[in-house]
Amino acid sequence: MTSATLAPAPTALKRRRGRDGRLTRTSGLGLGIAMLWFSLLVLIPLAAVVTTAVTGGWSGFWDAVTNEQTAAAIRLTVGTAFLVTLVNIVMGTLIAWVLVRDRFFGQRALEVLIDIPFALPTIVAGLVLLSLYGPDSPLGVDIANTRIAVFLAFLFVTLPFIVRTVQPVLAELDRDAEDAAASLGASRLTTFRRITLPSIAPAIAAGAALSFARGVSEYGSLVLLSGNLPMRTEVTSVRILSSIENDNLPGAAAVATVLLAISFVVIVALDIIQRRVVRRG
Amino acid sequence: MSIEIVNVTKRFGGFVALDDVSVSIPSGQLTALLGPSGGGKSTLLRIIAGLEHADTGRIEIEGLEATDLAPQKRNVGFVFQHYAAFKHLSVRRNVAFGLEIRRRPKPEIRKRVDELLELVHLEQFADRLPSQLSGGQRQRMALARALAVEPTVLLLDEPFGALDAKVRKELRDWLRRLHDEVNVTTVFVTHDQEEALEVADEIVVINDGRIEQIGTPDQLYDEPANDFVMRFLGPVTQLGEHLVRPHDLEIVTDGSGAAAVAGRVTRIVRVGFEVRVEVTTEDQVVLVTLTRAKFLSLGIETGATVSVRIVPSGGAGVGRQIRAATVQTS
Repeated sequence: MTSATLAPAPTALKRRRGRDGRLTRTSGLGLGIAMLWFSLLVLIPLAAVVTTAVTGGWSGFWDAVTNEQTAAAIRLTVGTAFLVTLVNIVMGTLIAWVLVRDRFFGQRALEVLIDIPFALPTIVAGLVLLSLYGPDSPLGVDIANTRIAVFLAFLFVTLPFIVRTVQPVLAELDRDAEDAAASLGASRLTTFRRITLPSIAPAIAAGAALSFARGVSEYGSLVLLSGNLPMRTEVTSVRILSSIENDNLPGAAAVATVLLAISFVVIVALDIIQRRVVRRG
Repeated sequence: MSIEIVNVTKRFGGFVALDDVSVSIPSGQLTALLGPSGGGKSTLLRIIAGLEHADTGRIEIEGLEATDLAPQKRNVGFVFQHYAAFKHLSVRRNVAFGLEIRRRPKPEIRKRVDELLELVHLEQFADRLPSQLSGGQRQRMALARALAVEPTVLLLDEPFGALDAKVRKELRDWLRRLHDEVNVTTVFVTHDQEEALEVADEIVVINDGRIEQIGTPDQLYDEPANDFVMRFLGPVTQLGEHLVRPHDLEIVTDGSGAAAVAGRVTRIVRVGFEVRVEVTTEDQVVLVTLTRAKFLSLGIETGATVSVRIVPSGGAGVGRQIRAATVQTS
């Protein structure tokens, strides 16, 4: 009887202690499940890729990624993804701005259409691009088998990311702050640069990271139009597939590891830039 | 006259926010735009600032034709109800914003910002972010930011509306003292008649997009131009055909005297120093407020039969004969 009445006291004490770093039973369970899930789906497969990449030793890894054709594919993929992300930063923000701040005929339709590149199976996007800009182009624009095709395909599939991350933040923004800046004498451009931009910078950075990651991983939308010419229009995902088809699993894993590292660096860099912008104003 | 508003009309779709409004706001004074929500007072303030554009009419600020002038060029300071703080900038940078835009030399900005922070008692918070300040502190920061550019007029839109009652009261006393110190022409919007009566030199009562009355707090309280102003500026009650303030009524127990109406005490509420007595007459419920001393000397309690009359010494301004229509609705 006494023990039963005393028992709750220590648990209550323990729960209160949660603040200084210790976990309660439920939050401990939650964290455990989250970590297990994350490990099974993400960490273990990624570790496996890295392990496979270095099965041939460090020199094997280095040979695989410095292989002339592989290096060209990495350069093309990362470079194009980078350029596309820069374009998206400007255009995505602009589209989000128009969708939030303006009222025009067909706005609702555009709202829905924005997501199409995201929702569409990428191979369908590839087909659309091929029929529009391929050898039989009704527009007379034939960019098949060129790097422009890669650029265009990336641009197509990454369009919604920055629009969709910036739009809600822009909609929630305090318009009074902009009015205040105006009455203090700031021009519209200055107000945008010094008041609005710092507020939406985190959203732009998040969208840019997604856009870059999607670009680097793209396969379906460009595989038809780009022609996959080694040294010219072959991207890393195609290169990885061909490595696997040639029974060169470590080679494929090596390229994958490089992409993994680049994506990680880009995401961290964007985070740092975004913090700077917010702080500087 | 400092701000001239001439025949201004503003519509939002089918809603008429301002209907042919003309008013002159005097230089160097503290003027309140008072009225119920949705009456058009904020719209008028935003039109003065250039944040809204009037459909028709003219605005002149200190002799400067401002009707088509961009907000940037009007040199007005604007303070918003919800602070409109620049969230990513420190208090100091918030206040300095207008001066930085004007490309003033850095030492001058520093000096001026220091002065302003001292004026609004935020010296020790200079390096904090707005999110680290209380509502009252944020609004004082916003005020310093608006004053930094030495505006010709200072416009405040429900400046204390988002604050709790105690802070409101403190800030409104402080605003009055600040105005006496700085002496910039100030217009503030409020729906709180007590705030307007306490702080303003002049009050413009706006309702339904029209001006009901312009005058000093005393004029408005003692000589309301119509029933709306009378009702809006303080408590009212009805005695027969008269609309009166409850404190201009008195209770007599002997039942004699002219114009006294008999009734029964139905409710007694004591609020601090005043006692509110509800007297139910034949066809009305009349509210009378008494001082505690007066109430005790009467020695009445619920259920007592008394008479109510207008205080004879109330003067000419007390009470309004009201239209039959108003009697029925209330």
